[in-house]
Amino acid sequence: MAAASAESAIRTGRFTRVFLYLVLLLFALFYLLPFGIMVLNSLKPLSEITGGNMMALPQTWTLEAWRHAWSQAQIGVEPTGLRPYFWNSIKMVVPAVVISTMLGALNGYVLTKWRFRGDTILFGLMLFSCFIPFQIVLIPMARVLGVTGLAGSTAGLVLVHVVYGIGFSTLYFRNYYAAFPTELVRAAQIDGAGFFRIFWRILMPSSGPITVVCVIWQFTNIWNDFLFGASFADFDSQPMTVALNNLVNSSTGVKEYNVHFAGAIYAALPTLLVYIVAGRYFVRGLMSGSVKG
Amino acid sequence: MSFLRIDNVTKSYGSLEVLHRVDIDVEEGEFLVLVGPSGCGKSTLLNMIAGLEEISSGEMSIKGKVMNGVHPSKRNIAMVFQSYALYPNMTVAQNITFGLEMHHVPKPERDAAMNRVADMLQIRPLLARKPGQLSGGQRQRVAMGRALVRNPDVFLFDEPLSNLDAKLRVDMRTEIKKLHQRLGTTIVYVTHDQIEAMTLSTRIAVMNGGYIQQLGTPKEIYDNPANIFVASFMGSPSMNLLPAKLKRNGSSAAVEITDSEGQPIVLPLLDGLSVDGGDDGAEVIVGIRPEALTDPDGADRNARNIVAIRNRIDVTEPAGSDTFVTTVMAGGDVVGRMRADAAVVPGQVCDFAINMDKVVLFDPVSELRIR
Repeated sequence: MAAASAESAIRTGRFTRVFLYLVLLLFALFYLLPFGIMVLNSLKPLSEITGGNMMALPQTWTLEAWRHAWSQAQIGVEPTGLRPYFWNSIKMVVPAVVISTMLGALNGYVLTKWRFRGDTILFGLMLFSCFIPFQIVLIPMARVLGVTGLAGSTAGLVLVHVVYGIGFSTLYFRNYYAAFPTELVRAAQIDGAGFFRIFWRILMPSSGPITVVCVIWQFTNIWNDFLFGASFADFDSQPMTVALNNLVNSSTGVKEYNVHFAGAIYAALPTLLVYIVAGRYFVRGLMSGSVKG
Repeated sequence: MSFLRIDNVTKSYGSLEVLHRVDIDVEEGEFLVLVGPSGCGKSTLLNMIAGLEEISSGEMSIKGKVMNGVHPSKRNIAMVFQSYALYPNMTVAQNITFGLEMHHVPKPERDAAMNRVADMLQIRPLLARKPGQLSGGQRQRVAMGRALVRNPDVFLFDEPLSNLDAKLRVDMRTEIKKLHQRLGTTIVYVTHDQIEAMTLSTRIAVMNGGYIQQLGTPKEIYDNPANIFVASFMGSPSMNLLPAKLKRNGSSAAVEITDSEGQPIVLPLLDGLSVDGGDDGAEVIVGIRPEALTDPDGADRNARNIVAIRNRIDVTEPAGSDTFVTTVMAGGDVVGRMRADAAVVPGQVCDFAINMDKVVLFDPVSELRIR
């Protein structure tokens, strides 16, 4: 990909190139500035923030705010820090991402390789879930969780996010598998492989890029979700985003900005990591199938 | 009881019938080629034999066992696809043995079968590679290996050579023919290339519009086409079809066409014509293959009825082994095939020899052969 784009790129003069890089650098700085300030202030003692300049470098570098945010900050009733909520989020995100991705892959496989009457209409209906605003489903979903007895639990949140995630994951995999040669499926059928065997042995091993795209997308969305977490979680299943809100919005005591900054970075860290690790596949996967070769 | 029996088989999608009452009996060891233009139903028929498409009505049996509704993997068939359909995530060895693995063949037997096939097709050095690292010809071999390893009753080939370049295609054609002669297996082969059909098959089924137009040996199809479609589809350059007038005089018959100057040429038919072949003065279509219209020295010495004519040559196309000439007869362009060294010059009038043994007549309305 990298080599191909270097070859196929339009040649530009040195001047335009420098100009381009300058503009890009400017934008990058602009976007990184808030994050930089967060990092700087999270490394200061509180007195430096309240008594001085937010933009200045710390005079005393300290990790105290980070430690405090992680394990001591007062969130809810107990001074537990963000740690338990971080694990709540992990316990919610990992199953939700895995299940919604698997179901999306399976849906895409059926919608392209085992076509049936009305499959395009069904796919169209599934796409609706990508466009329905979260707020609309709050009350029906609360009812469903109540009936199933999953209200206030991590499992309930997993269910909500899987239901919401299937639309997007199906869209991704359906479009990816549409370009996957059907002759391969037929060859596997003649070879004696069944429905799931073809899926596991033939399609899944070739689905790397789109799986990465789907995982990044689902992970980011589910991790960053606040509304469902705030609406459907109990104290012991609240995700990171809700805990961060409670930390920052606590109405008693001193506003510990350095702790808030550190907490916010904790909350953003996993999605950042996922992007850094898998980001290059993201672009590759999004583009795959759009052009030949 | 024939080996592969296709009995009154039709295929419809809803109310649209795309294959109409197909009857073919294939004997064991035969090489049947289904040939026709795209959309003629040949691939559909092959997929029905494979079990990848359902049979709408009629019956299909292999070795006397009815195969309607039987899963593809339980028909003991193997198929080579146009795109080769090699599993991209598996090595060549895994590709070849995947089918055996799915049929729960123990590992030692799988390896033995794979080695046998690898030696037969000379792909042993490729076994550890992935399909993406192979050339077109190598992929083709692996695809055949995957089919061979199963030891199937019937091999199905779906345009297997159409993705190869011209030279490789000819090589692989010979290879497939050798393989068939050595193994003596039953093969059904789909192609739109009439040369592949002629060279490979023991029998050809020419298809068009969902109908079998003619079923016969390559020689029968070529020399005695049943209708105008078969005549023009088989052969390259294709058969010249000229409008003509039938001349009857007692038991003898002849057809009359015009030469490049508009003067009549009478072509006598040595074997006469049956009574229902048309009345005196009836319009007919005369089919002359390019090789039956040649220079006098190039004419077939065993031919019984050669008519010599003189005609103006418009275009010559030296092809190395032959020289193709274009001339005007019956008001239209006609292609003749001469020896490579025939002394012909465009614009000049030359001697032609028409081999009347090979000339066929068709009814212009029904497009069927007149004998």
